[in-house]
Amino acid sequence: MNITHMLRSCRSVRCLLETNPTRKFCSTQFNMTSAKHKNARRIEGLDKNVWVAFTSVAADPSIVNLGQGFPDIPPPSYVKEGLAQAVMVDRLNQYTRGFGHPTLVKALSQVYGKVNGRQINPLTEILVTVGAYGSLFSTMQGLVEEGDEVIIIEPFYDCYVPMVRMAGAKPVLIPLQLKSGKKSGITSADWVLDQDELASKFNSKTKAIIINTPNNPIGKVFTRTELQAIADLCIKHDTLCFSDEVYEWLIYRGHKHVKIATLPGMWDRTITIGSAGKTFSVTGWKLGWSIGPEHLVKHLQTVMQNTLYTCPTPLQEAVGQGLLRDYELMGKPECYFSSLAEELQSKRDRMATILTQAGMNPVVPEGGYFMLADVSALNQDVSHMTEDEPYDYKFIKWMIKEKKLAAIPVTAFCGEESIKHFEKYIRLCFIKQDSTLDAAETILKNWSRA
Amino acid sequence: CCSEENGLGFNFFMLMLEGVDKNIWVEFTQLAAEYKVVNLGQGFPDFSPPSFIREAFCNALNGGASMHQYTRAFGHPPLVKILAKFFGRIVGREIDPMEDILVTVGAYQALFCTFQALINEGDEVIIVEPFFDCYQPMVMMGRGTPVYIPLKPSTGPGLSSADWVLCPEELASKISPRTKAIVINTPNNPLGKVFQRDELQMIADLCIKHDIICISDEVYEWLTYDGEKHIKIASLPGMWERTVTIGSAGKTFSATGWKVGWAMGPGHIMKHLKTVHQNSVYHTATAAQEAVAMGFQKEYDTFGTEESYFKQLPAMLHAKRLRLAECLRSVGLEPIMPQGGYFMITDISGLSEPYDFRIVKWLIKEKGLATIPVSGFYSQEHSGDFQKYIRFCFVKEDSTLKAAEDILKQWRIKQ
Repeated sequence: MNITHMLRSCRSVRCLLETNPTRKFCSTQFNMTSAKHKNARRIEGLDKNVWVAFTSVAADPSIVNLGQGFPDIPPPSYVKEGLAQAVMVDRLNQYTRGFGHPTLVKALSQVYGKVNGRQINPLTEILVTVGAYGSLFSTMQGLVEEGDEVIIIEPFYDCYVPMVRMAGAKPVLIPLQLKSGKKSGITSADWVLDQDELASKFNSKTKAIIINTPNNPIGKVFTRTELQAIADLCIKHDTLCFSDEVYEWLIYRGHKHVKIATLPGMWDRTITIGSAGKTFSVTGWKLGWSIGPEHLVKHLQTVMQNTLYTCPTPLQEAVGQGLLRDYELMGKPECYFSSLAEELQSKRDRMATILTQAGMNPVVPEGGYFMLADVSALNQDVSHMTEDEPYDYKFIKWMIKEKKLAAIPVTAFCGEESIKHFEKYIRLCFIKQDSTLDAAETILKNWSRA
Repeated sequence: CCSEENGLGFNFFMLMLEGVDKNIWVEFTQLAAEYKVVNLGQGFPDFSPPSFIREAFCNALNGGASMHQYTRAFGHPPLVKILAKFFGRIVGREIDPMEDILVTVGAYQALFCTFQALINEGDEVIIVEPFFDCYQPMVMMGRGTPVYIPLKPSTGPGLSSADWVLCPEELASKISPRTKAIVINTPNNPLGKVFQRDELQMIADLCIKHDIICISDEVYEWLTYDGEKHIKIASLPGMWERTVTIGSAGKTFSATGWKVGWAMGPGHIMKHLKTVHQNSVYHTATAAQEAVAMGFQKEYDTFGTEESYFKQLPAMLHAKRLRLAECLRSVGLEPIMPQGGYFMITDISGLSEPYDFRIVKWLIKEKGLATIPVSGFYSQEHSGDFQKYIRFCFVKEDSTLKAAEDILKQWRIKQ
């Protein structure tokens, strides 16, 4: 399929074609305008999704894909072996406990009990979900009501806005902004919230604030001071905090991941979300979890029992076993939670170097596996591309076509009003094999040659 | 904001009001786990999935790095392609794997996507009783109104699930201008009824006449006995365009813990289910889908032959079904023979002790309150209808009445 043909039809921010524009089957005679077959109001306008289109880019092997955020490196062998073993046990191929397989919730309670410095009840303070995505959904559906406001920090992982809207609530956006003055050597730490602006976003309708640390796409790791400022506002306005911490183990040297739930007064109002996919490089296993106080988690559990009831058993068993193994190694270099970050450190640094060589300005992340690159210095002319789209969408389409390199437009992660702040940035994923990074390096080194 | 009621999303406030925030599976699986029981409760096999499907999973997880990373959100390509081919052959039409199929985390999530995608506030959804319990809270989460219609024995005690039928006039009377959909489950859980062609045609006629969507839960589609044939309502004329058919790899391959299911239907309806899916879980596990795809490929090739698991499984279960029925009869119970599915229901009035007798004994032992069972005041012939009554005497001191009040209030709160 012709990727550029498909992308050319994109009309607006986050509006990209579905993967298969041509239909091969015979059409029906049925009158497709039957009012009863229309979508329910709750999903109006939520059908567009940047990933649905970009997954198809991965299907073209001639393109070096640094777009979608998943590893092309294999998961640790003991995790795969754990799954193979689980499938051989009869009972582990059948339904398990709805709110989380016992082996897994116990392991989570141990790991996070240690990290949080508190006892966590595996049965009442943990819910296992279909990926962190499922945790975000259960949280919104369980705790957010029609008419609520939910504060979201830009740039944000793109599902936050549609999920808030699906719950009938209003997203209230606030951007991270680049501290003025710095021109080069920019890191994710240079992107900060304006404290006065943040305070102004809270009001009596504010149900929750969503934070993501380390942040996707910038890679910012919120400091204790920054989290304290957010916590102070949550406490003052009696607001909940939904903390998406899927990249919590991917922290680079010199930085520390701080859990907002551990700040005074925050445990009782915070849902912390984690991901097996990001923790063990198994995004395709789709297992995540929500951890928090019983009086909040029980509502997420109610959502779970009315949406999909249980998560797959053998996968949960394998993740549980993997967590128990790494729990014993916590603090040691062999622990996967730290060894993966070590491995990615050099990939991060390499990526920053090769982007600079191509004339782009990278934002070096403190955590996570994405890097933003400011492409404005290239002055790439995309005026021949006539669609009404932000610069980054056009730039990336051009880059895919002319350079055979894929990335993700950063304006997919922000609201209309912030487009001007982010449209000169593209997002690249560096949790890739050396051969993939070699191929990217070749492209970037030869960038200025015609 | 942190208080219980304020924290509750709107959807769940409604469920609490109706008392459906409780869930039968959560309650009874917990109990079964606490006590050492012979578990004939929750519907899953206690034998292993067939070896070919387990091998398929092992092959999948050793199939390279991509098997452990995200696949296509709406369904892993090898799986949707074989499902389209397999079911296309059965319903006799070309099914588009990309447009007409959505793979979900179990049939449960397919049901969720369907209700969320199509039901608005004020819509009515007809549910055939007895129903798999999740239909009710899911309709309510969609802010719809469930409208119930029971299957009832047409003649006598209804000792076969075939005897339990819908009354066409009654069904027609349940339809209003607000009726958006009807949910059918065939083979039915818990009754085991396999809807016949004329019964499905009757439902189809009403769907077409009133422009109603049909949601057809067919997770037990391969499990029919005594030569009964499973019929897909979507294959009836005029029905493909208005039917969402739901299936399950868990029930198909005896691997309920894998949680892979699907919804199939016309593209113009399926796209709404996809929108819900992409905004709720987004993907289903890759390796499990790859394994199910391999399973379906094998079944496509061996369909109708002795090597087909879809033939072997019902044959194996046929004998188990007969055995359980024999056993229940031998102790004076009256099972209703299911034409399909995993389950058998039985009338327990044959138990030597009537229900009210057992409740009264329990109340004495567990709650310290004595009453009298009312069925004891009836002839054997008629006592069956009166086992739901117990008798209290109030010619007692106020202090006695107060003590009884305290016990009953305590009991009710705990409920």
